[in-house]
Amino acid sequence: MSTTTEQLADLSATTLLRFATAGSVDDGKSTLVGRLLHDSKSVLTDQLEAVEHASRNRGQEAPDLALLTDGLRAEREQGITIDVAYRYFATPRRRFILADTPGHVQYTRNMVTGASTADLAVVLVDARNGVIEQTRRHAAVAALLRVPHVVLAVNKMDLVDYAEPVFAKIAEEFTAYASDLGVPEITAIPISALAGDNVVEPSANMDWYGGPTVLEHLETVPVSHDLTSCHARLPVQVVIRPQTAEHPDYRGYAGQIAAGTFRVGESVTVLPSGRTSKVSGIDLLGRSVDVAWTPQSVTLLLEDDIDVSRGDLIVPSGDAPATSQDVEATVCHVADQPLAVGQRVLLKHTTRTVKAIVKEIPSRLTLDDLSQHPEPGQLVANDIGRVKVRTAEPIALDDYADSRRTGSFLLIDPADGTTLAAGMAGEAFGGKPQAAHAEESAQAADDDGWDF
Amino acid sequence: MTTVAPTTGEETDSPYALSHLDALESEAVHIFREVAGEFERPVILFSGGKDSILMLHLALKAFAPAPVPFTLLHVDTGHNFPEVLEYRDRVVAEHGLRLHVASVQEYIDRGALKERPDGTRNPLQTVPLTEKIQAERFDAVFGGGRRDEEKARAKERVFSLRDEFSQWDPRRQRPELWQLYNGRHAPGEHVRVFPLSNWTELDVWQYIAREGIELPGIYFAHERDVFQRSGMWLTAGEWGGPKEGESVEKRLIRYRTVGDMSCTGAVDSDATTLDAVIAEIAASRLTERGATRADDKMSEAAMEDRKREGYF
Repeated sequence: MSTTTEQLADLSATTLLRFATAGSVDDGKSTLVGRLLHDSKSVLTDQLEAVEHASRNRGQEAPDLALLTDGLRAEREQGITIDVAYRYFATPRRRFILADTPGHVQYTRNMVTGASTADLAVVLVDARNGVIEQTRRHAAVAALLRVPHVVLAVNKMDLVDYAEPVFAKIAEEFTAYASDLGVPEITAIPISALAGDNVVEPSANMDWYGGPTVLEHLETVPVSHDLTSCHARLPVQVVIRPQTAEHPDYRGYAGQIAAGTFRVGESVTVLPSGRTSKVSGIDLLGRSVDVAWTPQSVTLLLEDDIDVSRGDLIVPSGDAPATSQDVEATVCHVADQPLAVGQRVLLKHTTRTVKAIVKEIPSRLTLDDLSQHPEPGQLVANDIGRVKVRTAEPIALDDYADSRRTGSFLLIDPADGTTLAAGMAGEAFGGKPQAAHAEESAQAADDDGWDF
Repeated sequence: MTTVAPTTGEETDSPYALSHLDALESEAVHIFREVAGEFERPVILFSGGKDSILMLHLALKAFAPAPVPFTLLHVDTGHNFPEVLEYRDRVVAEHGLRLHVASVQEYIDRGALKERPDGTRNPLQTVPLTEKIQAERFDAVFGGGRRDEEKARAKERVFSLRDEFSQWDPRRQRPELWQLYNGRHAPGEHVRVFPLSNWTELDVWQYIAREGIELPGIYFAHERDVFQRSGMWLTAGEWGGPKEGESVEKRLIRYRTVGDMSCTGAVDSDATTLDAVIAEIAASRLTERGATRADDKMSEAAMEDRKREGYF
């Protein structure tokens, strides 16, 4: 056993990166995932044996690494990925949670699911085909969900003689496209998942490339942003009141900090009531602290005994979001039953669920060519569209661009509880100035209408 | 805009980055508090195994200094390790908790369940579990399942809706977006909740070591009478082993999982401390289920099939 106690201590101090993969059916996504897991020694002997056994039963000669990730009967029968699977692997520098999302057009909702919690998205492209419709779709979903980092993995470089111009052209085209959509950081890496070039080990076949391998990049990309400029938000989950002899007066507001930082002594406002107080203490799971930040789960204590309950939002006084009963947002429709104008729904925002009605569906986006279709009347599974919703009570919603956590919401069918749509408040994409945008699309609605 | 050659070799995380254990802890606490906020009758499945012990520890932290607002439920197969039952009862008493027990033995005694020819009781747990859920009208049932355990579990949601028959339908799962868990359910339905979804076996052990959580002794190396069946070391005992042709020997072993004695195998080990256990797992080339669970080997989709029926 070569692992020392010091190394083990290092292991627990590592950070966590959540990332998602997106790729079309045959561009080698499973091979890339398989190689990342395999070369980082995250596939254990019994799992590999199970895959070898299953592959043999199917008459395949080589072990099919896709069977590592396709866990359901139906997926193995059809040889496709139906649903998001979560994979876990680690290097000495970092722990990874990989949302392995299906590439099929009809599973856009699963890509949205995977991207919603991702710090980084890997978009795969086949070097022989370059940027295709599906690539643009993936870039659009990553931009829409505001995934902070995007990696373009130009795969199958072995099939284009490891030629630099092929890579450069694809990287340039993709970067221009994704930057226009507002993707903040794009890293392009030429790889061959099959041959192992630039996935875990640097390639000997592409000495013209001086950048990191996929794994190196995953290990070093920053996971947290500078929080000092973020609006602090604490959605209250539960009120903790022990009412015991030991703690007769303890009254704490428990929740996970959704954005920014909170400090003892800070003046805060509780929304939607607008009552104000000061933070008198912060409990960080058993230890008292002076400052806490996202995504820590904490309990805030306030100086004054004011009315605060589940669903309320605690924010710094002077930095409160507007409360409103009219929500305008982009939604991705994730259910089989449609969403129609006039429909009564529930809107779940942070810890608050309110009744709502769909007032308007101004447009629907076609991800294939990113054209917009005005007034579609309804949205069906995998559609992305703009909606206007009226809520029964005011809610304190941020722009999704400012906070993925307090700018997002679900629309739920009150009859059976089905999650109908994933909502993102504010403008859809963060690229060009929105005003200039609107003028453009007025002239060419079916062209590059980003502001659908 | 394109980063062609970003800095490599240097950790670029901001001072606000949480360690991976802190991030997992915070996420699990958030899940416990969501359930407390949204459900009427939640219950924690508690077997006395390390995952359920970890769940209880996190629940205690989530609501401190108030008590845990959940009861516990143990599905007792009748083939439990005595050390684990002793641990279970001690923890329940210590924290003033309420424990429900669903007993497989009782079902067998009154003829409602039949002993399987292979003597394995693990699959028999489903009926007592689901009937108890219905009888007590539990609406949220916490399980210690982790997605790293098994390929069907890798597809599991954190909030997983079960119908009135407790069935899991993997093709009709609700998409799970951001940290917005949808716990809406009709009367008779319930939600299985997995706060440890994103933890790996190594994370669990590192966290147990960091927090100094006490575990039953069977997780550490000790001498025990065992015999070999289907390539696994099983504890000899009145539950049904050894049979003819199987011979008992004393070995230095420990358990990586705790379950029914008839299907939970031990591994050869000299790890008597938490540090030694962590070092052993970090170096192991076998998953915990691959090493020690007979029931998962029944077919390629054994776990998926059992989960569909209501297993945890």
